Amino acid sequence: MGGSELLQFVISGLKNGSIYALVSLGFTIVYASTGVINFAQGEFYMLGGMFSVWAFATFGLPLWLAAIVGILLTAATGILFELLAIRPRKDGDQLSLIIITIGGSLLLSSLARHLFGPDELAIPAFTSGPSVRVFGAAIERQTLWIWGLTITAVVILNWVYNKTKLGRALRACAINRDAARLVGVDTRLIVTVSFALAAALGGLAGLSVAPLTQTAFDAGARVGVKGFAAAILGGLGNPIAAVAGGLMLGLIESMSIAYLSSTYKDAISLLVLLLVLFVRPQGLFSRSRREKV
Amino acid sequence: MSERGASLRVKGLESGYGRVNVLRGIDIEVHSGELVTVIGSNGAGKSTLLKTIVGFVTATAGSVSVDDRDLTRTTPERAVGIGVSLVPEGRMLFGPMSVRENLVLGAYSKSGRGEASLAQDLERVYSLFPVLEERAGQSAETLSGGEQQMLAVARALMSKPRVLLLDEPSLGLAPKVIAEIFHTLDALRAEGLSILLVEQDAKLALKHADRGYVMRTGEIVLSGTADDLLADDDVRLIYLGKWHGKDDVR
Ligand SMILES: Nc1ncnc2c1ncn2[C@@H]1O[C@H](COP(=O)(O)OP(=O)(O)OP(=O)(O)O)[C@@H](O)[C@H]1O
Ligand SMILES: [Mg+2]
Repeated sequence: MGGSELLQFVISGLKNGSIYALVSLGFTIVYASTGVINFAQGEFYMLGGMFSVWAFATFGLPLWLAAIVGILLTAATGILFELLAIRPRKDGDQLSLIIITIGGSLLLSSLARHLFGPDELAIPAFTSGPSVRVFGAAIERQTLWIWGLTITAVVILNWVYNKTKLGRALRACAINRDAARLVGVDTRLIVTVSFALAAALGGLAGLSVAPLTQTAFDAGARVGVKGFAAAILGGLGNPIAAVAGGLMLGLIESMSIAYLSSTYKDAISLLVLLLVLFVRPQGLFSRSRREKV
Repeated sequence: MSERGASLRVKGLESGYGRVNVLRGIDIEVHSGELVTVIGSNGAGKSTLLKTIVGFVTATAGSVSVDDRDLTRTTPERAVGIGVSLVPEGRMLFGPMSVRENLVLGAYSKSGRGEASLAQDLERVYSLFPVLEERAGQSAETLSGGEQQMLAVARALMSKPRVLLLDEPSLGLAPKVIAEIFHTLDALRAEGLSILLVEQDAKLALKHADRGYVMRTGEIVLSGTADDLLADDDVRLIYLGKWHGKDDVR
C-alpha cells in the first residue's frame, strides 16, 4: 500500500474517530455523575442529525442556525430523558437504571421514526467545494468541519471542567457523590446537567456527520456501540481518555479495512470492546473506574 | 470562622436504615459557642445522629433546628448552606484533587461571595493548619492521615459554618496530631463557633468539651457538664471497657 493510500485511511479513521470521541464523551460524562452506562447515548447522536435536518428542510432555517437548533433540541431531550426516566428512580440500583436507558433508547428511536419518517435524510455539507488535497490524499471539507467542531467542543469542555464552578462540581460528583453533597453540590442538578452535556455532544456528532453519511431514525444504535466501545477503551475515567479512546477506535477500524476487509469493520469495535474487558477492564488510559480516597 | 455560632436543638429524633431503627428519640442541645460532645461505644448510633442532622439519613420522627430555623429532613447540600457543616467519618475528601481544590470546593456553598472572600478564607484555614499551605498543590490522597483529617476540618470551615459537626476526628491518629487538631477546636470554640463532637475517646472529648452526652443503642443515657461526666463512675467504666457488663446505667 502506498503512502498516500495509507494516509487516506488515517484521515478516514480520524474522521470517524472524532465522531466516536464525541459520543464516547457522552458516555463518560453521564457515567461519572451517575455510575450508569447510558445506552440511549447513541439516540442523542441520531437526534442531533434528525433535528437539524428537520430545522433545515421543514423550517427552512439557515444551516448554521439549524445546527444550533439541532444541538439545543437534543440537549433538551437529554434533560427531559433524565427528568422523566432517571430522576424518579432515585433509589434505583444501577442495573435497573441501565435497563431504563435501554428502554429509553428504543423509545427515542421509535419516536423519531414517528416524527421524521422511516427514510434516510441528509443536510448539505457546511461548506461546499472540492476536497482539500494533502500529500496525495483527499480530505473532504466536511471532515475538516468535524475535526474543527470536535476540537472546539473538547477545548470548551476541558475549560468548563477545570476552570469553572460547574466543572469542579462535576468532578467532585464523579469522585464522591456524598462528599460533593456535603460541600453543597446539588448532585441531582449535576446529573441533569451531565445528561444535557452528553446529549449536546452526541447531537453535535450526529449533525456534523449527517452531510456525509445521511441519517435515519435507526442510526443511533450502531454509533452507540462504537461510542461505548471507545469509552471502555479509554476507561470511562476522564474526558481526555474518552477522546483518546474514540480516535483510537476510529484508527483501528480504518486500519482493519486497509489491511483486512471492510466486512469486519463493525465487528472490530465489538472485538476491541471484548478484548479490553477481558485484558484491561479499567481501560487503557485510566487508573481505576471510580477514583476514591 | 468569625461567624457567631448558632444554637442547635435536636428533639425526639428517630431514624434508621430501611426497617432498622437506630436512633430512638434523641434530645440534644448545643448552645451558641459551646463545644458539646457525644460519646458512646461502637454502633451506639453516633454517626447516624450526625448523618440525620445534616440529612444523609432521613428522620422518621422528631425535629432538628438551628437557631429557630427548622432543619428536619433537610438535605446535606441545604444544611451546609444554612451553616451546618459536617466533618464526616472517614473524611470523604476528594482524593485525586489537590489540597487547594478540596478547600475551594469546601466554599462551594458560599461561592457567590467572590474571589477576595475566598482568598481570605483560604488564608484563614492555612493559618490554622500551616501544613496545608505547604501541601496546597499536592493531591489529597497523598497526604498523611493526620494531614487528611486537618484538610477535612479545614474544608468544612471553608463553608463558614455556624455549627460544626465532627465525627471521630481523632480516629487512628498519633497523639501529637490529635493534640494539634483539638487545639484548633478549642480555638474555634473560643471564637464563638458552636461545635458538636462525636468521639469514642471519651476522656479526650470530655477534656475539651463544655458538656457531654453519653449515647447507647440509639438513646441518650447520661448527660451533664464535662467535669461531672469525667467524675461519673459509669463513664469511668467505659474507659475500662466494662460498659457491656453493666445493665443498669442510670
Ligand atoms: N448504612 C447503614 N445501613 C444499615 N445499617 C447501618 C448503616 N450504618 C450504620 N448502621 C447500623 O446502625 C447502627 C449505628 O451505627 P453508627 O455508625 O451510627 O454507630 P457509631 O456510634 O457511629 O459507631 P462507631 O463508633 O463504630 O462509628 C449500627 O448497628 C450499624 O450497624
Ligand atoms: Mg461512627
